[in-house]
Amino acid sequence: MSAGHPAEVETLYGDYPLDGAFDEMREANGDVRPHYQALAETLARLPQDELQRCKQSAELSFLTQGITFTVYGREEGTERIFPYDLLPRLITAPEWDRIERGLTQRITALNLFLRDVYFDAKILSDRIVPRELVYSCKHYRRQMRGLQVPRNVYISVVGSDLLRLNNGEFVVLEDNLRVPSGVSYMLTNRRVMKRTFPQLFHSYGVRPIEHYPQLLLATLRSLAPEGRPEPNIVLLTPGVFNSAYFEHTYLARQMGVDLVEGRDLVTHDNIVYMRTTDGLKRVDVIYRRVDDDFSDPLIFRSDSALGCTGLFNAYRAGNVTVTNAFGTGLADDKALYAFVPSIIKYYLDEDPILPNVKTYLMTEDKERQHVLANLDKLVVKAVGESGGYGMLIGPQSTAQQREEFARQIEANPRNYIAQPTLDFSRAPCLIGNRLEPRHVDLRPYILFGDKVNIVPGGLTRVALEKGSLVVNSSQGGGSKDTWVLESH
Amino acid sequence: MLSRVADSLYWMSRYLERAENTVRQLDVTMNLMLDTGGASAETRWQQLIAALGSPKGFEWDGNLDSMAGQLIFDSLGHASVTYCVNAARENARQVREEISTEQWQRLNRLYHQMHSAQVQAQFRSSISDTLTSVVDGIHLFKGVTDTTMLHGQGWHFIRLGRYLERAYAIATLLEVYQPGLSGRHEREDTGYQYLEQVGLLRCCTAFEAYCQVYTADLTADRILEFLLLNRDFPHAIRYCVDGVRQAVESIQRTGGRRPPDELTAGIGRLHAMLGYTTIGEILAGDAAAFLHSIRGQCLRIHELMYRYYIHYSIQSALAI
Repeated sequence: MSAGHPAEVETLYGDYPLDGAFDEMREANGDVRPHYQALAETLARLPQDELQRCKQSAELSFLTQGITFTVYGREEGTERIFPYDLLPRLITAPEWDRIERGLTQRITALNLFLRDVYFDAKILSDRIVPRELVYSCKHYRRQMRGLQVPRNVYISVVGSDLLRLNNGEFVVLEDNLRVPSGVSYMLTNRRVMKRTFPQLFHSYGVRPIEHYPQLLLATLRSLAPEGRPEPNIVLLTPGVFNSAYFEHTYLARQMGVDLVEGRDLVTHDNIVYMRTTDGLKRVDVIYRRVDDDFSDPLIFRSDSALGCTGLFNAYRAGNVTVTNAFGTGLADDKALYAFVPSIIKYYLDEDPILPNVKTYLMTEDKERQHVLANLDKLVVKAVGESGGYGMLIGPQSTAQQREEFARQIEANPRNYIAQPTLDFSRAPCLIGNRLEPRHVDLRPYILFGDKVNIVPGGLTRVALEKGSLVVNSSQGGGSKDTWVLESH
Repeated sequence: MLSRVADSLYWMSRYLERAENTVRQLDVTMNLMLDTGGASAETRWQQLIAALGSPKGFEWDGNLDSMAGQLIFDSLGHASVTYCVNAARENARQVREEISTEQWQRLNRLYHQMHSAQVQAQFRSSISDTLTSVVDGIHLFKGVTDTTMLHGQGWHFIRLGRYLERAYAIATLLEVYQPGLSGRHEREDTGYQYLEQVGLLRCCTAFEAYCQVYTADLTADRILEFLLLNRDFPHAIRYCVDGVRQAVESIQRTGGRRPPDELTAGIGRLHAMLGYTTIGEILAGDAAAFLHSIRGQCLRIHELMYRYYIHYSIQSALAI
């Protein structure tokens, strides 16, 4: 048995093509990568029914813990478990080091960008980022102009989406700077994995992530308003009908803070209180899981019943910290995304450590012409949409769909961008009794209070459909635990 | 604790208590209908509905099985058992992080049981078995509530809801049946009177406990005394009011505010009224008015509790 070919592993492979795409476990010639050897050998040693048993016990564990998400458009209260793959995704120490430095750099720069845009807008005067792109962004909040936020931190909870391309390099696909979700799946995946593969986990030397709720709490505490040494921290949820409600209750419980809805909050003299059985209790820090639009009917959408009337004025007065700040969606606009490398260069005078995906702006005539001529090869995205909606995947599209998108692009170029169809990495998943490769991304969770903090790992999302490129949970995606290794 | 959370726990508990009361009364009524010598089915049904607080939409139509089915399964009618279980679960779901997993799973199981096809089939074959299994489900929930939940403020709100609902329900029940109970002495020897009296006690699961205190010698004044004034029996009004008082005291102790005099006085007055009145005095005076006054005071306690802990005005809260 050569080092690259644990012989028994061969019998585990199902339909396992090794074409151009980067495979997380195997090299182009089929050898198992060194850091996957131990995993492969363990799998090969396990009897097949044992693997199935592990999978069933893991699924049962999710169900009884109530780790579910709500599916829209069905009978009310339909709860499903988030599909889960048993095999961990491994990331080596040098790979993680690069990701960590890259994300720290990127989040620092994006935060400086938000501060600048909402104050002096130097980057616009210096013509690094086009003014019209900023002011036409629907997530730009003029109410934030000149508003001092605590410690100048706008984005304290971030979940960026990374992909690994054919050359093995990680790139940033998207920065989620508003209300990123999924961190509860990262935490519960880990708990289930430790129970399912205790020996393997131990032998690998995996860096811990379980302290995320504690770090989040410390981050929130560090952003409390001046003169509130024992801040009352709450998590604001839209309520029980939100698809991430499980995550909200989970995080509140793990942090030991109150889970509040808008109707629990009142403001008086620009101070936010929550109604308790003990009377009104002042609220100092709000970890907000409600979108800007629904946060305060006085300032944003007046028909929203989810937020708290007067919240924004209290925020402006500095009596309460709301995080993430309002208007941060500006910096994860899909068109502004194209400028992030220049933004990093402008504020930090550094080259980006994690590259961007090539992005064509439809507002630029030349780029638009190129895209319209090559719609069948590109992916077109509406800038305002997320969750895998409002997309045209060129190679999989019909002529009619392409025509429709072409018309919409011509009508409203600001609303669209295009990117090459990416061939991103695949990781082995347990499909039936066999290993088959499926596309994966990686969403690490970044916290920014005193400083940038990233728990090593994140949520690896999997496109469980064969050949699918869409990893979103609303579109048939699942997840895997992500192990960042101490050594290797 | 957040007022909304306290509110949800309180109503979760009240709705389950209501469901249990409805099931038990229905069971007893249908049982009494088997004996043909007493009141007509129509009269009994009307009494049942009156004892449940006269919900609308339950006028007698002659078909007992379908009416009983409606009282259990009609999830749109606010008086039905299914409606109460749905409402309890919905309240629990909104405070999922406050209750234990065991509680949630128990309640969820009861909810799914009420909506399952099996329960419908079981209902057609044996109404009594169905009713028993529903009460079992509620009892199990109460058991895990007491053994798995932190006995903090939330648990006291659950107890407050349970006892206030129960005191109100028993007072309503007695208001309906009390006149018939003491007005039929001349028919005592027929045996039907005995069945009526046992039925009333069984509506409050009180028959066996009554016998332990008074022997099986059933008289109207003792039955009333037992259900109104006994201090040790959990389905006696006095016991329930004692529970309400203890729950509110514990809520005050775990909180930091002094309660309003009105609330303390309101509970104290009802408590004293039941503690310092004899059954002789009640029957010599206007018993119906006495029972009616208990109901009124329960409503008033609910209102004051709400005004103070749940829906207080911001002005009043800021003034303190």
